[in-house]
Amino acid sequence: MGSHALEQLLQEFYRGSKMAAARIISLVERNDPAGREILKQLYSKSGQGYIIGITGPAGSGKSTLTDSLVKLLRQQNRRVGVVAVDPTSPFTGGALLGDRVRMGELSLDSEVFIRSMGTRGNLGGLSWAARDALVVLDAFGCDYLFVETVGAGQSQVDVARVADTVIMVDVPGLGDDIQAAKAGIMEIGDIFVVNKADRGDADKLVRYLQSTLELGQQNDDEWQPPVLKTIAWQGTGVEDVLKGIMAHRRHLEQSGLIVSRRKQRLKEEVILQVERLVQMRLSEGFQSEEVLSRVYCRELDPWTAAKTMINSLSGKKCEARNP
Amino acid sequence: MRKIRVLVAKVGLDGHDRGAKVIARAFRDAGMEVIYTGIRQTPEQVVAAAIQEDVDVVGLSSLSGGHELLFPRVAKLVKEQMGDQVLVIGGGVIPEDEIPALKEAGIAAVFGPGTSLKEIIDFVHTHVNRAS
Amino acid sequence: MVKKDNLQAVAEAKNKWETGTLQKTIGKYPERHSDFMTVSGSPVERLYTPQDIEELDYLEDLGFPGEYPYTRGVQPTMYRGRLWTMRQYAGFGTAVESNQRYKYLLSQGQTGLSVAFDLPTQIGYDSDHPMAEGEVGKVGVAVSSLGDMEVLFDEIPLGKVSTSMTINASAAVLLCMYMAVAEKQGVPWKDLRGTIQNDVLKEYSARGTYIFPPSPSMRLITDIFAFCSKEVPRWNTISISGYHIREAGSTAAQEIAFTLADGIAYVEAALKAGLHVDDFGPRLSFFFASHNDVLEEIAKFRATRRLWARIMKERFGAKNPRSMKVRFHTQTCGHTLTAQQPLNNIVRVTLQALAAVLGGTQSLHTNSYDEALGLPTEEAVRIALRTQQIIGYESNVAETIDPLAGSYYIESMTNRLEKEAADYIRKIDDLGGAVKAIEQGYIQREIQDSAYRYQQEIESGRRTIIGVNKFQVEEKSRSKIMKVDPAVGQSQAQRLKQLRKERDNREVKRCLAELRRGARTDENLIPPIYRAVKAYATLGEICDVLRDVFGEYRPTEIV
Repeated sequence: MGSHALEQLLQEFYRGSKMAAARIISLVERNDPAGREILKQLYSKSGQGYIIGITGPAGSGKSTLTDSLVKLLRQQNRRVGVVAVDPTSPFTGGALLGDRVRMGELSLDSEVFIRSMGTRGNLGGLSWAARDALVVLDAFGCDYLFVETVGAGQSQVDVARVADTVIMVDVPGLGDDIQAAKAGIMEIGDIFVVNKADRGDADKLVRYLQSTLELGQQNDDEWQPPVLKTIAWQGTGVEDVLKGIMAHRRHLEQSGLIVSRRKQRLKEEVILQVERLVQMRLSEGFQSEEVLSRVYCRELDPWTAAKTMINSLSGKKCEARNP
Repeated sequence: MRKIRVLVAKVGLDGHDRGAKVIARAFRDAGMEVIYTGIRQTPEQVVAAAIQEDVDVVGLSSLSGGHELLFPRVAKLVKEQMGDQVLVIGGGVIPEDEIPALKEAGIAAVFGPGTSLKEIIDFVHTHVNRAS
Repeated sequence: MVKKDNLQAVAEAKNKWETGTLQKTIGKYPERHSDFMTVSGSPVERLYTPQDIEELDYLEDLGFPGEYPYTRGVQPTMYRGRLWTMRQYAGFGTAVESNQRYKYLLSQGQTGLSVAFDLPTQIGYDSDHPMAEGEVGKVGVAVSSLGDMEVLFDEIPLGKVSTSMTINASAAVLLCMYMAVAEKQGVPWKDLRGTIQNDVLKEYSARGTYIFPPSPSMRLITDIFAFCSKEVPRWNTISISGYHIREAGSTAAQEIAFTLADGIAYVEAALKAGLHVDDFGPRLSFFFASHNDVLEEIAKFRATRRLWARIMKERFGAKNPRSMKVRFHTQTCGHTLTAQQPLNNIVRVTLQALAAVLGGTQSLHTNSYDEALGLPTEEAVRIALRTQQIIGYESNVAETIDPLAGSYYIESMTNRLEKEAADYIRKIDDLGGAVKAIEQGYIQREIQDSAYRYQQEIESGRRTIIGVNKFQVEEKSRSKIMKVDPAVGQSQAQRLKQLRKERDNREVKRCLAELRRGARTDENLIPPIYRAVKAYATLGEICDVLRDVFGEYRPTEIV
């Protein structure tokens, strides 16, 4: 993509074109160098939106809950972005992204942007593209950003890495113990939602969650994660979830935790970027045979070898780009 | 290789989504990313979703005769709002003598009953403009 | 069914045949496939013998026609008494056009009416609603008010014909319109015969024309049960439909299972609403598809009868034998029709219709050969009706009852299908019943998996469809197509405008307010809907009130 076309795309983006925003996300998603370039330019405009992660097992009604929450935020005239991530098939590379089915009416709202994404290469986790898409939508002026993933261990933890508030959704009847407890990641949830609460054993699940949470209280954070019941398709209980989000946000802001959390998140992200770059540079410039031979002959120890490599890297110009 | 993104939508009111769902799965198994919108979509909803998802292909299905009015409307909106490079294709129970008018209106291909999945997938592979 | 010592001899002889005669031939001429399967993908053995029905107990499992468990048929004389009802589903455009088609069909010897409504009518939108654009009069007749219904049945004596109406989410409104037309014709409600489909569960799982969420939908259905059991006693208040489940891609066993699981849900809802099983049980009717696999389909119909009879008797304690009978309508499978070489469809339809008759159907719709191309032409509809008449009057298959009973293959497949379906029903019970299974997407997923498998079998050539993946020919322009006048939408909009001007709008408002109040309580909604219909409130207005109170269903879509 030429610099002129790139500039034009940015102009349209700043004018509020959804098509432009969508195309930028596509560029980023397919690792196009132009995408990274644009992202760098957009970056200064991001950081205003509040990010909410929604995670839970398949069939727990995450999209429906998101749909209802977005509708409430629209009543408050907020601009909202949604990134819905579904798994990519490791065999074919294809993906079926069906979250829009439950958010059909929102498509037409000029102040709502919904994007479905496959995890692509990122097995089970949240892809870089999803984080980048959040940056794009943040810079697009979205006040609230939702990122929704199917809960499967790693992706839930990843959601916690990007979101200010993490909502873990569960439904009665999926099993005796809940998914998050099984995976040992209850502590990443800021709000717990028991959806489809009209089902018989909803209260049992609520009690189970509450007692598990009490056992696990060891955070320095004083936030007590609430356990809320919803029937998302009817909108029942969804206002309480939104209130919970707002309360958590106030808590983060008043305690200053929002700054330290976001900094921590950025630190992790920058370190990750460093690792990627180093890996990339090494795979490009690593004279493996020669160095390995020397280590093999015990002319060199692995620690010195590594240090030499790093030193040799720091001299080179490090161009930020995707592997 | 660039991943092809396809939106599969049922326009109009009919709920017969067997074909739409089968083709959605087939696209997935051919390595594409498929955004499925479900039934009862208006042309405006379809196009708004296609924009946000930045798809290469919009696949429409109708078995109720609604295609006559609704397919061209989608094609027109896609062209206006997304440009020429997005492929709009359709399928369903569509009388042969109506196909020329649909093509005229911007539907790149119409796949009737009995079309093989392979034919549709091949068509998409051949016609998606990868240069964009 | 066979004596033990005989069985031993048969087993030995079969073994001898396999290693001798058969082996010699197979060595020289291998079979066409390494394994054979039914249309549903179940294995088919080379040969069935008494060994395969070892467990069958004639008196317990088959019995006699008109007697429990009804495997052999629901009436004692079956077609020797009267042939099945030949009922062609029809309707298009305006009420005037459809009325003419009905009169034509009745004049051609059709014995019952079957009304197709357009999609806006099925989803509770008036013809002038924005969502209705492009759909008015397309797949059926547009009926937005009692005014349209009066035209639709003009000069058709409702006391004499039986009328089946394919209407579900908005069934209560259309039934009230029918009752109002009857009242105008001076026909007492107790003489009305017919069926409303009224099966909303399969709308969620397979057909898609739902309006309200499951629980208020179930309430409307049980309100109809309760009202009709007193006021319209000969009316079939529901037609529990496997047809659309099959058309959406299910196997034969799934068709039985998901249909009967829906049936169980309706029975349970009605019991919960305080009705007695034998008050509404006899008014439950069923609707199935007939697919290409002639023998599997025959077994399917027989297995369904037996399984439902057992469910009603053993699970629900029905006492009235009529509650245990599966009386069913059959339609040949629409999706098996090919657009390629469309005349071949006449043969497909004949085989499917034959299976339905040999399976003991009570009424039958045969598809027209040109339906993969568009709406059927009059000529094609006539051939479809003639197909039934030829089976009924010329083929002689209707002269004896359940003629394939006792076939080793048919009986063993009947057993297998009953068992497979019962296993599915148990699974659905474990999930909390049909409503929960649908909400969790279980039934939809099962259907879609089967549909995809079927399509892949066609793609790979494992399954042959003549003219589609084998024996193709170059075809010139295909046959003539029936077209609905696109002006139908406008003329309907005009009629509605007129109606809204001429009717007593204060009365309409009063009736709708009364309906709203009723919807918020748990009173039976049929009387207030009837009053609103009589006041010429439109279908859309009535459904909007209910949408307002009940909310709208949003799918749990799983692809």
